[in-house]
Amino acid sequence: METQLPDRPSGAAPVVHLRGAVALLGRFPALAGVDLDVDRRRTILLRGPNGAGKTTLLRTLAGLVPVTDGEAVVLGVDLRRDRRAVRHRVGLLAHATGLYDDLTVTDNVRFWARAAKARPEDVEAAMARLGLDGRLAHVAVGRLSAGQRRRTSLACLVARRPELWLLDEPHAGLDQDGRDVVDRLVRDATAAGATVVLSSHELDRSLELADEVVTIAGGVAHREPVPGPSGRGAPGAGAEP
Amino acid sequence: MIRDALVVAGKDLRLEARSRVALNQVLPFALLVLVLFAFALDPDRGVLEEATPGLYWVAVLFSGLLALQRSFAVEAADGNRDALRLSGLDPAGIYLGKVLAVGAQLLLLEALLGVGVAVLYTTELDGWPLLLATVVVATAGIATAGTLYGVVAAGLRVRETLLPLLLLPVLAPVLIGSTRAFEAALGGTPSEGWPWVGLMGVFALLYVVAGVLGFGPLLEEA
Amino acid sequence: MTTQIASTDEGRPSASAPEAPTSTGSRTTRVLGLATLVGFALLVLFSFVLSPADDNQGDAVRIMYIHVPSATLAYTGCFLTTLGSILYLWKRSQWWELVAYASAEIAALFTAVTLATGMLWGRPTWGVYWVWDARLTTTAMLELLLLGYLAVRRLPAEYSVRAKRAAVIGLLLVPNVIIVRQSVQWWRTLHQKPTLFSDGLDSNIEGLMLFSLFLGFVVLGLFFVWLLIHRFRVAWLEEQIADTGLDAAIAERRAEAGGVDAAGRATGPSAPGAPTLATGEAQP
Repeated sequence: METQLPDRPSGAAPVVHLRGAVALLGRFPALAGVDLDVDRRRTILLRGPNGAGKTTLLRTLAGLVPVTDGEAVVLGVDLRRDRRAVRHRVGLLAHATGLYDDLTVTDNVRFWARAAKARPEDVEAAMARLGLDGRLAHVAVGRLSAGQRRRTSLACLVARRPELWLLDEPHAGLDQDGRDVVDRLVRDATAAGATVVLSSHELDRSLELADEVVTIAGGVAHREPVPGPSGRGAPGAGAEP
Repeated sequence: MIRDALVVAGKDLRLEARSRVALNQVLPFALLVLVLFAFALDPDRGVLEEATPGLYWVAVLFSGLLALQRSFAVEAADGNRDALRLSGLDPAGIYLGKVLAVGAQLLLLEALLGVGVAVLYTTELDGWPLLLATVVVATAGIATAGTLYGVVAAGLRVRETLLPLLLLPVLAPVLIGSTRAFEAALGGTPSEGWPWVGLMGVFALLYVVAGVLGFGPLLEEA
Repeated sequence: MTTQIASTDEGRPSASAPEAPTSTGSRTTRVLGLATLVGFALLVLFSFVLSPADDNQGDAVRIMYIHVPSATLAYTGCFLTTLGSILYLWKRSQWWELVAYASAEIAALFTAVTLATGMLWGRPTWGVYWVWDARLTTTAMLELLLLGYLAVRRLPAEYSVRAKRAAVIGLLLVPNVIIVRQSVQWWRTLHQKPTLFSDGLDSNIEGLMLFSLFLGFVVLGLFFVWLLIHRFRVAWLEEQIADTGLDAAIAERRAEAGGVDAAGRATGPSAPGAPTLATGEAQP
């Protein structure tokens, strides 16, 4: 489908490398010493109870939250030194839509794509893949349903073609079709060379997608193999905590 | 940076075109202020005519506040701040883009208000170059200072009361300067007005620099 | 007690006091305070008793001995706030940020005193409490600008958020005051309207009046410094209170995971393979 992202030699540095990463939200240690290694083209599922730190971890990987202790390197960028440098290379699908309600779907996707210096053909392709190029294209985002807004946010992400996809509960609010689209997007992304980290409470569907599962609890991560016959195998390279 | 500024300005202006807040709410508010002043001041026409430049600029200031509040209200919604930080846009560019958008809306407002003032207060418009120059630098001052203080107040629950408290004392020199310059222009003594234009130019320059440097760091704290 | 964390964004003063201080006094402040008190007594003596009444203004001129130094110190405080803000933004020095904050509050106090004494002086001298002259108007604007700074500094938000935003406001304080001053001065003097307001500081200030004024500067200056030291220390303590031990917070956070997760395994500090607290504390 899309052109491949440039390939790295095997044995290359992991896309994500965290050791004892501590991230503070104000004075609260949302991440209290996370160890995590993610290789390229892998799909990682984050799960854990509410408030465990999944969203904060995703935002930290996006370079939005400062890391105050430990090691944190994402896409070769040391987050402790300059976390802003990683931002334009990742795509974050957050709980919030990140859209302007008064603008149409097309306005929004085009704006965010232009901001990220994406190619116009990628914009068209993204909107088409998410079913936004028909009737919905010229509807103001504020008038869309939650699921349709999610798709628009996804389109903004897809158009950027990021190297690292960070999806915070991507299936939430989407109908069956929408969820299928997400799954296909994730598979195509990793096939094209990107890496995906997603958090979800919808384990059945997500386990199908994931190569590895990481449980977050109390601001700390525990890696584990994907359980059951539907799992795709043992955890990849990366030190155990 | 300039390219990003144009992208952001385009977005803000397109937003205004779709939602028409400035047209439907801010402009009528400004006209209303003018009308109220006419009620409050003695119907004795002399008083109103003398006070016209000042009243005009007070109305512009209040409307400018509304326009600035709106400019930041749209960014306060739903994760847009994070999205802006992730977007790859140069923060200085975002700043300039917002300045351009607010400035453009203000210029339109001022033009329409000028017509309103000429009609309601039967003022004669003399001294064009000075009037135009004043409008340009005053607008630049309001937009640049307003956008910087707007981001200081942005994202806070108290934004609506904090921004006027911060901005109005800072804009006092702009009010003084623009009023005096208008008086000079309308009164036929333009040479007295140009120093004020210079002062406001310095003001706008100070704030453009402060904004370009400060917007990025200020955008960071969630 | 706070713990030093390696390479934090801001330099934190080490809170290695063995116990919480019960007052912000020290030998320095006691000496200063005493000197100020004595100075005030002397000032009262000189300004009310020893120095002569003015030819034009009568006894009202005595207010000048408080009014003028107050004004000067108000502007000095404002300057300190800007300086502190610059240094905080540039060097991340919390010490300077607290200086900026304390200084702004005291400057606001002195500005209020200036305005009040100005009004008290104005009534007998010109018959009105207020005139829109250059100096008074600028001082009133200064007060508003300082109140804006203080409003931001006191926001209900994290220290780093408050401090950074206030520092930007503080940084612009001096330029704002300069621009306001310039515009107000032009405004009030370009049109030479006859005004009742005469400065009061004509050139024939000399002798005891001059000395009293000088004494006023010294005493109020000491008072300013004394207030500044105390306010700085109080502000510092305020920030320390909010700063609980990070290690404890981390331990608490990890303990949240105590219990059983969805797969039926025990998670948290007791779980096999989980990072222990020792790992956390061993971080450099």
